[in-house]
Amino acid sequence: MELYDDERDRSSTPAVSVRVSSSDVATDPVPPVFELEKLEVHYGSFRAVRDVTLGIREHEITAFIGPSGCGKTTVLRCLNRMNDLIPGARVGGKLTFHGIDLYSPEVSATEVRRRIGMVFQKPNPFPKSIYDNIAFGPRINGVSDRSKLDEIVERSLRGAALWDEVKDRLHASALGMSGGQQQRLCIARTIAVEPEVVLMDEPCSALDPIATARIEELMRELKKTFTIVIVTHNMQQAARCSDRTAFFTAELDEKSEQRTGLLVEYDATARIFSNPRDERTENYITGRFG
Amino acid sequence: MRHPGDPILAMSLRPRRTWRTVKSAAMSMMMLAAFVIIAMPLAAIVWSLVAKGASVAFAHFPDFFTKTIPMVERRPGPGMGPAILGTMLVTGGATLIAVPLGILGAVYLHEYGVQSRFARLVRFMAMVMTGVPSIVMGLFVYVVWTMRFGYSAFGGALGLACLMLPVVIGSTETMLRLVPNQMREASYALGATKARTILTVVLPAAAPGIVSGALLAVARAAGETAPLLFALGAATSYNPHFFEQANTALSVQIFGNATSSFVAAQDRAWGAALALVLLTFLVTLAARVFTARFKR
Repeated sequence: MELYDDERDRSSTPAVSVRVSSSDVATDPVPPVFELEKLEVHYGSFRAVRDVTLGIREHEITAFIGPSGCGKTTVLRCLNRMNDLIPGARVGGKLTFHGIDLYSPEVSATEVRRRIGMVFQKPNPFPKSIYDNIAFGPRINGVSDRSKLDEIVERSLRGAALWDEVKDRLHASALGMSGGQQQRLCIARTIAVEPEVVLMDEPCSALDPIATARIEELMRELKKTFTIVIVTHNMQQAARCSDRTAFFTAELDEKSEQRTGLLVEYDATARIFSNPRDERTENYITGRFG
Repeated sequence: MRHPGDPILAMSLRPRRTWRTVKSAAMSMMMLAAFVIIAMPLAAIVWSLVAKGASVAFAHFPDFFTKTIPMVERRPGPGMGPAILGTMLVTGGATLIAVPLGILGAVYLHEYGVQSRFARLVRFMAMVMTGVPSIVMGLFVYVVWTMRFGYSAFGGALGLACLMLPVVIGSTETMLRLVPNQMREASYALGATKARTILTVVLPAAAPGIVSGALLAVARAAGETAPLLFALGAATSYNPHFFEQANTALSVQIFGNATSSFVAAQDRAWGAALALVLLTFLVTLAARVFTARFKR
């Protein structure tokens, strides 16, 4: 990992795929990509989330679900240090990426974000051409060779199932595309820098069902190459495409009258939706609140 | 079930004259009247400019725009060439000083300083600076520059730059505020640094607005007279040197000639006024074409 600013040695990559022999089904056979332990996030004096402990595994889709204000987006934004951009945001507890503390002073947020990409709730293409949108990431990483950029643009657009729709108008403005196309463009732009993880913050909430179905199909394709973490309000979506689901909820603190989010349950998606351990999860899944 | 074209239904669907429709009509009339009242002075200005200026400026085209200014006021004849060059020098110089400084200042205020104490102080000072009368700015430049180094186009440019700077800062900061935060986040999420994000995402997105804001400041400065009265002196021949010798400008010539008692001079003032309006119009047009191409 090249997360350290000053470290040039690439040979120190931890062996991620070493299998640990274990008969216990509950323990992970593969060390997780992210490990969160008692993670909590404050905005100024307000505690937004507390007690999040979970591990996110490679080449899986992990879904965060829960009612509004439960902190799932906040936790997601911790994973690539996007919360750094919010004044007053503080992260406590432990958050490691392949065993490296993401919030260590020796870790550069910029380097973290190059490896952990993010797709946002509202499609946010740059007001540039389709080509320049995709080429933005590679360019800031120092790729200037035209034929190489062409190749990256084509590969990324194909990866986001967008190539056939836009190959004849690569130099048209990205703002002229439909919402669903814009969101797939944002996915293509994210995978163009070849991250290891793609974080998605309610990527389909602004899209119609047909565009949503295309994105979900795309996610299933992408998880072969990337690890995906998705925040969603749509429980069917979590049930349809995720491997694991984390259910968050918000609790009102009697003293401070603040609502703080917390992780209630984290398990295989099939189990969460068929046989949840916690009553709060069951109530939410069955539509009794939220 | 009504049959197609039912006369009773057709009657009930007709527009009805109620108090609401009367109010609506009255308000529309008032707005139209307001527009006419606003447009009238503008039309009057353009009309008198063309009526009195065109015959002077375009009499022996292009003499008026190229010949030098007569040394003796009462002598009739063309010539505003040195003043046109002077206006371009002074305004161009002021633009070169104020626009880069103003844009950098606004980038600091909006992207780096934000609500820090220093940024708030700078923002407040810029606001105060907007309210400083141009004659006071002229006096300031006269004291710190002209008294020491003598008349020059640069002194005039300095005065105009002081007037333009707060306008450029203000309009640029507004434009930066209009760039959605999602755009910055998209760039950061791809691993871009802050400087990179500002240079390649924020500024290009705000560019059309920044250009029009700067342009407004340029157009205002081009017609400014007071600071130039102190700093330029009164040349009648071409002076292409930016840093030395007395120069002149269209606005100064309009002021001097219009207050003269000789008809020939007054005519030249009208011609100069028309030339000034045409000049600012051309600059505005050029910038609009430029920004339109920028936007694609």
